[in-house]
Amino acid sequence: MDDIFGIPAPLLFGQLLLGLINGAFYAMLSLGLAVIFGLLNIINFTHGAQFMMGAFAAWMLLSLGNVPAARTGFALMLLPLAVLLLDWLLAALRVAHRLRIGLATLFAVLWAGSVFMEGGGPISGALGTLFPQGLSYWWALLIGPVVVGATGILLERLMISRLYKLDHLYGLLLTFGIGLIIEGVFRNEFGSSGLPYRIPPELSGAWDLGFMFMPVYRGWVVIAALALCLGTWLLIEKTRLGAYLRAATENAALVQAFGVNVPRMVTLTYGFGVALAAIAGVLAAPIYSVNPQMGTNLIIVVFAVVVIGGMGSILGAILTGFALGVVEGLTKVFWPEASATVIFVIMAIVLLTRPAGLFGRA
Amino acid sequence: MKGLDRRSILSGAAALPLLGALPWRAARAQAANTIRIGVLNDMSGMYRDISGQTSLACVRQAVADFGPRGFNVEVLAADHQNRPDVGVNIARQWIDRDGVDVIVDVPTSSVALAVNDICREKNKVHLNSTAATSDLTGPRCTPNTVHWTYDTWMLAKSTGGAMVRAGGDTWFFLTADYAFGHALERDTGNFVRAQGGRVLGNVRTPFPGTTDFSSFLMQAQASRAKVIGLANAGTDTTNSIKQAAEFGLTRRGVRLAALLMFINDVHALGLQTAQGLVCSETFYWDLNERTRRFTEKVRGAIAPNMPAMTHAGCYAAVLHYLKAVQDMGVQAAKASGADAVSRMKAMPTDDDCFGEGRIREDGRKLHPAYLFEVKKPEESQGPWDYYKLLQTTSAEEAFRPVGEGGCPLVRS
Repeated sequence: MDDIFGIPAPLLFGQLLLGLINGAFYAMLSLGLAVIFGLLNIINFTHGAQFMMGAFAAWMLLSLGNVPAARTGFALMLLPLAVLLLDWLLAALRVAHRLRIGLATLFAVLWAGSVFMEGGGPISGALGTLFPQGLSYWWALLIGPVVVGATGILLERLMISRLYKLDHLYGLLLTFGIGLIIEGVFRNEFGSSGLPYRIPPELSGAWDLGFMFMPVYRGWVVIAALALCLGTWLLIEKTRLGAYLRAATENAALVQAFGVNVPRMVTLTYGFGVALAAIAGVLAAPIYSVNPQMGTNLIIVVFAVVVIGGMGSILGAILTGFALGVVEGLTKVFWPEASATVIFVIMAIVLLTRPAGLFGRA
Repeated sequence: MKGLDRRSILSGAAALPLLGALPWRAARAQAANTIRIGVLNDMSGMYRDISGQTSLACVRQAVADFGPRGFNVEVLAADHQNRPDVGVNIARQWIDRDGVDVIVDVPTSSVALAVNDICREKNKVHLNSTAATSDLTGPRCTPNTVHWTYDTWMLAKSTGGAMVRAGGDTWFFLTADYAFGHALERDTGNFVRAQGGRVLGNVRTPFPGTTDFSSFLMQAQASRAKVIGLANAGTDTTNSIKQAAEFGLTRRGVRLAALLMFINDVHALGLQTAQGLVCSETFYWDLNERTRRFTEKVRGAIAPNMPAMTHAGCYAAVLHYLKAVQDMGVQAAKASGADAVSRMKAMPTDDDCFGEGRIREDGRKLHPAYLFEVKKPEESQGPWDYYKLLQTTSAEEAFRPVGEGGCPLVRS
């Protein structure tokens, strides 16, 4: 068994494994999309930008001490989280709705204004003084999704929630536009070449598997992705919260009548989907170039994955993500030129034969 | 779904490239005493940092340095998104409707070759700085084109030659699957073979849209070649280098030849990852007193970016073009792009970025090429202090000999 179709077997095994690793990213990203589409009926085209924000959050956290632009950027990224916390606090104090909105707006304006002050202002200053060494990868894995998720929650509250009664297309256009704006802002601030981010020392090095040399970090990515996918699937399919979510998808009015706060659940679901994208972004930072267009490159493929798996199907998104990673990996060996196209060919075939996708309900 | 059907979306999408040219329509009424320069490049994609707004700022600097000399100069800019169809549309509109006389920069070889044909057809001037393909001064050369900064042949000789001399005689190429990658692979492969080396294989990676190169790197490793030639650019190159380090390729004796790497790419990788790589450029901001002076002048307008050789090329090419226009008169320069280019070829060049030089009959600008090694983190004195000069190739030797390119202009 030295050669399989003219390719040495060790090389083929290596490629299968690499395909699985790329599939892990597809699975994580399409999972977030599936969760959001399943409940909100929104095709979240901002997902790529949110993935990119996750990677940038990791870089900013690491560079808090020595790069002023990272401090400014992170101070701005923190803004939605700070506004949400303030709003929550005011709500707990039973402040009237209108006053809450006014105070939150004022707070946001002051915060943003302070960031753009000469010399960076007090918030970026505080970030620099508190964390002169920056915050490591592990902190980024924790903080990144929370911060980016908060931007998602604010986005859902302010804009996306206004479109639920309209056709899918409007949500798609809105999120697509927002994605372009976010990407453009990052490009203006940080350029398109990318930023350096190194593999954390705990995960550097490699295992010799005999047939290939396997970086420890890639192994960690697969494990993290599997855990994340499994956890999300269990959460949605096996818990009471997940049951509420699924029920709200079927009939939101009825679930609300039972006393479940459906709008809040929808908001948090969007935030959760965005946080999933951000985790994928943090995981990607050490191996892909951290640049503003990193999400765009990936997201088109991920949409194909979601369509093949069946829109809104969690299990479909996960399995298709891993499977298409492998298919793409094999194409890279047998016909490298076609490796960027093969997923779309499969998408076309699936759409023609099973329009609802492999795991979707027609 | 009122008012938003498939047809209106499609026609809207088709009109998008037109938008880029709209604001300049009003400028049409201007007098014939105006030279219009169109900076056509990547403003939003992976080549933005080596072209983009920084090229525009450098062109403006050239206009400012040239000063008022009895005619007006207007500078326009547009984003070709690295797509030949978009680039061709903009170039046609600029020339047909907006009276553009010269198109500058044009990264991405596939777009550059397409724009090259239009400039010839319309008898305008094409000052290319950022595209790499040596075909611009080879089989596809035109009397309307000047290829200023660098090309694939020069990269192959400088970086490839250094690799072969250091014992890297077996090669495997990772090639971006379009005109530029193919040309760079071809020129480097020829050079390696001419030096007695062997090319063991290649893999063509889809462009754009490839983010994971590990699979291709494994194939390269399986070939047991001593050198992996990266015939790609921009984030493709940085991703390849980053992932080669991750998979420990370099630790196990495989050498990476980043055939086209810019200082912005080194900045993106960080010295920790990029240290020890060699690359070839024709301009480095810290090369001498004149390059530092140029950098000082443009730095404010382009921060946080730093001028790469491609930006310097835009500056120098436009400056030289304006000198030629003054020499021959605006009317004559506007009437025939080919005449303007032949005047540029007749005059010796001199600028802060490249020093003294000249333009050859096939459109090739001649100046020295420098082989740099990326410094170790502890050797770097400050921000953007990245290169050690290893070797200088003289202007006459740096580029392909004029008879070997197959340029029809040379035979006639």
